[in-house]
Order: sequence, then structure tokens, then C-alpha cells
Amino acid sequence: MAEILRVEHLQKYFPVPNGMLHAVDDISFTIDSGNTLGVVGESGCGKSTMGRAILRLHEPTGGKVFFQDRDVLAMNAQEMKNLRREMQIIFQDPFASLNPRMTVSEAIAAPLLVQKIYDRRDKAGITRRVKEIMDMAGLAQRLINTYPHELDGGRRQRIGIARALALNPKFVVCDEPVSALDVSIQAQILNLMQDLQDELGLTYLFITHDLSVVKYISNDILVMYLGQMVEKAPSDKLFSKPMHPYTQALLSAIPVPDPDRPMSRITMKGEITSPVNPEKGCRFAKRCPYATEACTQQDMVLTEQEPGHFVTCLRLQRGEI
Amino acid sequence: MSDILLQIKDLSIVYATEDGVVQALTNANLTLRQGETLGLVGETGAGKTTLARGIMRLIPDPPGKIVSGEILFEEKDLLRLSIKEMRKYRGSQISMIFQDPMTSLNPVMTVGDQIREVIVTHHPEMSRQDARKHAEDMLEMVGITATRYNDYPHQFSGGMKQRVVIAIALAGEPRLLIADEPTTALDVTIQAQVLEMIHALKRKSNTAMLLITHDLGVVAQNCDSVAIIYAGEIVEYGTLRQVYKNVLHPYTEGLFGSVPSLESNARRLAAIDGMMPDPTDLPKGCKFVDRCKYATDRCRGEVPRLMEMADGHKVRCFRHESGEVNGNG
Repeated sequence: MAEILRVEHLQKYFPVPNGMLHAVDDISFTIDSGNTLGVVGESGCGKSTMGRAILRLHEPTGGKVFFQDRDVLAMNAQEMKNLRREMQIIFQDPFASLNPRMTVSEAIAAPLLVQKIYDRRDKAGITRRVKEIMDMAGLAQRLINTYPHELDGGRRQRIGIARALALNPKFVVCDEPVSALDVSIQAQILNLMQDLQDELGLTYLFITHDLSVVKYISNDILVMYLGQMVEKAPSDKLFSKPMHPYTQALLSAIPVPDPDRPMSRITMKGEITSPVNPEKGCRFAKRCPYATEACTQQDMVLTEQEPGHFVTCLRLQRGEI
Repeated sequence: MSDILLQIKDLSIVYATEDGVVQALTNANLTLRQGETLGLVGETGAGKTTLARGIMRLIPDPPGKIVSGEILFEEKDLLRLSIKEMRKYRGSQISMIFQDPMTSLNPVMTVGDQIREVIVTHHPEMSRQDARKHAEDMLEMVGITATRYNDYPHQFSGGMKQRVVIAIALAGEPRLLIADEPTTALDVTIQAQVLEMIHALKRKSNTAMLLITHDLGVVAQNCDSVAIIYAGEIVEYGTLRQVYKNVLHPYTEGLFGSVPSLESNARRLAAIDGMMPDPTDLPKGCKFVDRCKYATDRCRGEVPRLMEMADGHKVRCFRHESGEVNGNG
């Protein structure tokens, strides 16, 4: 399949009072068209920042982003605006990401008007398209004139999805789209997103902290720790044969819904390294049971351990795994 | 049996709102033995927190009201206690870990003093120094060095704040701990740490726990028995193994189907259709009827009772009537 997005050495730093916060540091990956790349990591590891930096909602500090071989970071405002038809985002919190004073139809029509796909006076055309999108997102048409506060979380998130898909994008960043929802509703939304992907050939960058969700929805998974990429592999590979010590610890912490399968958790000790002016080397080293001095003396390099399975860990280079 | 610590009988709680009366909890029956951990599983608005607050008698009244039932704590009905008597139970006999560690601590009081406050309240005879020493011990017990006694909550991470909340809850050495989604706001690795710690502390003093959560994994790894609650009613209740290995209620089945499994590579989730019913306008019969794939006309007209199967496993569903022991119960 054809590559749709390529990210090279992406960096996003934020100046904070006591230095530079390295939110995203040297992340590289590609996504093929029609696939889903899941991004997992704990809160504060920079996964949302990365998603936003790709869309230039945060201007990246360094690195390159290519969308269908076009250099996204070199585009001017007009080119960027045009590109937004193809790259969209679904936000995490369906309670905060919708304008409380816009009805469902206004919210969904907004991107169509901003992008001048429809003329403002073409009321009938807009309504027709809004209804079409609502159908697609599983929103009953009777809700067309309701306000967000009248709707529950699941329906609101459907509006978020409808809005993102209104412009027929090719690539969608999904920033924790189901984290705020109840399990039964979460399953409905995940199914919907998957149906839409099959139907419309969408490519997703799916950001979540829920490892079961990410395994379910992704072709490949990228694991982040404090702004750094630690491992990237095909989903089943990552779960069956995690290589990075952080990935192993993370996977071992998932509570399995089976009383006959007790957890054997790998305990992580030590303090979390500060992402402000971080020292050289692996940021997981302070908590890593295998860390040696070398881990904090050189920058980590992403190596392809097996086809499609990338890891940044010196243990592999030392041949310990 | 004498080792029963808490017994809830036919507890019903309503909220009178402008839109009508909300049946938040209907005829709930639960039993908790000494040292037992009971998982209470349900979705937003199912009545989990209402039940927990009901036990503590912390239902805001108005609009809330406990309309019927008994809450027997060591055979004493908490609902008959005066406010003053009830206050003696809170913190020292029964204590609660609230859902959101970020908002349940006082931002202008050091964490150490917040723990000491509980100790002083329940042991007024204790000297200042002793109370402080005890509070420091509690901090150490939850894995925070006593040197941070004088720190304020904003200086702590989420996981550490939750540990402070746990230290406060355990400072009065309660017999029963009610933990309302204690780890929902936390990352998985921190969640695992916090749960392990609660578990260890609980075992040390044989505390019973009511663990409220929506995470079936957390329940499987921590609980002895499980109650599944939907729209204010307990729909399934049994030991962990009974409920997990022999799912009876269609809602429980739906919950399990909704969680992506780490083992299988299914391409679609068996989601439950539809939404939770409007709590001011619940279906007349079974509350789950509109989302249930097995629903019949009878389910629409008649409320199923909680039926007990031969092995003690309870379920509120007509499909299991034939397996019921001593019917009409």
C-alpha cells in the first residue's frame, strides 16, 4: 500500500520558565494509506502534542512532515488551509470540543462553509450534506437542531466525528476519541470508526492511553515515553513480543478481565525523568531494570530489529535480547 | 453468619429533579463479609456512586432521598442513626476514597495535616506529636517519604495525590473501605501500583472493600465478588468466578463484548446497541429491555426479580427462571 504520511525526526519543544520542555523529541514513522497507527503512552508523554504538531496546530520545532510527498511544514497559510480538507482531527473531550452555542447542524456545517465547499446561501445543499454526514456518523436526523448540552457523550463524540469527516479527509488524527465514554458506548464508537475507515478508505493516527483499544484498532503501534519513541511494531507483534523494557512494563500493568489469569506485573521503580532540559540518552533509564551507564551517555537510535519492528534500546544492540 | 460486616437490604434512593423523579437506586441488596472485596460495576449514571454515598449517608438531601431499605453495618441500621452518631462511623468504621484525587484534597492545607486531621478527629485524646507521628507513618505506608509532610497537594503527581487520599481514608483504621473509581483518573502503571497498595493494606488489617469501577479488568484482578448494576438495579450478583465464567445477564454479556480483548483479533466489537434509558422515564418492565437482543413482550410489561440460581449466583432476567431455586423469592 502507498505511504500517505511520513514523519521525520519531529520535534516540538515548549519554552517553560526553567528551560525547554522536550514534549516531542525525534519521532519518525510512516503510515500507509488506509491503515491505522496507534500511539500509546502515559499522560504527559507527548502523544497529543505529536498529533497536533503533525497538523501544525502546534508549530513543530524541528523535523519534517510529508503528506503524500508534500512538505507540510513548508506550506504557506493558503496551502495549509487547502490541506486541512485532507487532514482532520477528532478531539478527546466531546464536552469541551463543541461550541455550546452551535446546533448540531451548525457545528457540522462550519467546516463546509469555512472551506467554501458550499455557498452560505445554499441552505438546501448544506442541509442535505449535513444530513448525509449525520447518517454516516449514526446521528438520528431529528437531532439536527439540538444543542450539545442536550446530548450525551456518545452522541457528542459522533458530532466530533461527523465534523471531522464533513470535508472527506484522507487522514484523521484521533486524539483519545473514546477515552471519555462508557464502555458500551466506546464499543459503538470504535465500531463506527472502523466501518467509516473501511467505507471511506481513511487513514488514522489513533492516540490513546488504553492498550486494549489500541490493539483492537491499529495495524501498527508506536509507544512513546516522555517525548521519545521507544518502540514501533505491528500490533500483534508488539503484544506477543514486546522488546523495549518500558513496553514490557506497560503491557504487564494491564488488568486482564479473567480471574484465572493473575497479573505478573513488572514493577517500575525510581523517579520519572524531567522532560525539561532532559539529559542525553534514554529517558526511561532511571526506571529501567537493565540500565547501564551507556544508556545515559549517548543518544538513542531507532533500529529495525525485525522487519517492521523498531526499537530504541541499547540492550538490543548489545545483543541481550 | 457473624462475619457479615455490611448488609444492604432493599435500598432505594431517588432524586427529585425539575424534570421528574429519578430512580437512582431500586431495591438494592448486597452483602459484604469481613475482609471481602466486592466489585460494583456499571456505567455512568447506573447508580454506583449513589449506592456508595447512600452507605455513608452522604446523599445530598434535597434533591436526594433514601426512600426505603436498611443498611446494616454489624447488624446496626445506619439509616436509623442520628447525624451525630453517624459521624462517628464515618472515617473510623467506614471510609471512602473519592473518584477524583485532584479535587478531593484541600489545596490550602499540607497533605500531612490533612491526614492528621482524621486522626485527631477520631482520637481527640492523642497528643499533637503523636498524631503527627501517626500521620507520618501513614504517609510512609502509602509509599511517600515523611519528609513531604509539609508539601501541598499541587506539588504531587496524580498517583501520589491518590495515595494521600488513600492514607486519609485508612488513617481511621476503618472496617469498610468504599473506593469510588479510585484509579480511573490514573495511568495503567500507576493504577497497578495504587491497586496493589490498597490490596496489601487491606489484607494487613482485614478491611472489607466496596470497589466501584467500570473496568472489568480491575475487578478480575482485585475482587472476590461482583455486582453488576444497570439503571439503578443490580442485574447480576455472584462470586468473581460465577460472574466471569458463567455470564447470565444480557447486559453483563454486552459489557464483556464491548471490551476489546488483548487475546483475540476480532475485527468488530459486540457492542450493546442504544443508550442508557432516561432515568426520569425508565422502561416499565426490565430496564435493559430496549437494548437487549433477547427481549420478549413479557420483559416489557413485567419487572424481573433478582433470581437466585442453585450455586448462589443471582440474576435479574426471565431467561434464567428455570434455573431458579425456591421461586417467587
